[in-house]
Amino acid sequence: MKERTLTLALMDPPYESANSTTALRMISAALKQGINVNVFAYEGAVCLPLKDQAPHANPVKGTTVEEEEHPTTKAFVSSLLAIGKDNPRLTWVNCGLCVDERGATNVIDGVRRGSPADLFKMASESTNTLVIPTK
Amino acid sequence: MTAYVFIESRDPFESRDTEFVEATAIAVKERGHDVTVFLVQNAVLAARKTTGRLNRLAAAGVTLLADDFSLRERGIKAEELSEGIQESAIDTLIDAISHANTKAIWH
Repeated sequence: MKERTLTLALMDPPYESANSTTALRMISAALKQGINVNVFAYEGAVCLPLKDQAPHANPVKGTTVEEEEHPTTKAFVSSLLAIGKDNPRLTWVNCGLCVDERGATNVIDGVRRGSPADLFKMASESTNTLVIPTK
Repeated sequence: MTAYVFIESRDPFESRDTEFVEATAIAVKERGHDVTVFLVQNAVLAARKTTGRLNRLAAAGVTLLADDFSLRERGIKAEELSEGIQESAIDTLIDAISHANTKAIWH
């Protein structure tokens, strides 16, 4: 079968919307099917792979950091980048304009800074493109 | 012929504009295209047979799929789904939108 590539444009910031969870699930499912994935993260989504994210305890339940095992989006993105390091490949580009607005420069390894021109190029070269906007 | 995949994420009881997807999907189907509506997140609340919210789409021959993860999160079992709606893994959605000549629209 011909090589397939999906481009996803993500907009939601972490910990705000179920859209982020669905998007990460979609990326995982695509990679498992051998489909290359391009992600263009813009607006708040550039914070999904922020290196400064830290898991926390839960004072309501009285659990420690270790007991809580609080998931971070940076850990999810990092795992997906590891799965998609070769074939299939996951390419993650953070919009530089959005990064600068938010000071969101400290990101995990594998995330590349780019511009809306990258989204155009990704979409032009992909089998399909899906935009997941905020509500 | 083009395939259209509408991904509905909104709860019809919260968002009035879910009617946009219903009307558009039916209109595209009537023009002879393959149309799938994949319900995800709070949109799966409309999939329960007690709501009858998707009857027009089912009657129009639109393929209706409900994300299994979203159903489980909300405690909705397969036997509670309206006729014509299938519980589906997200892999099915990925396969559906990763072919040429397919339009994928998120709402």
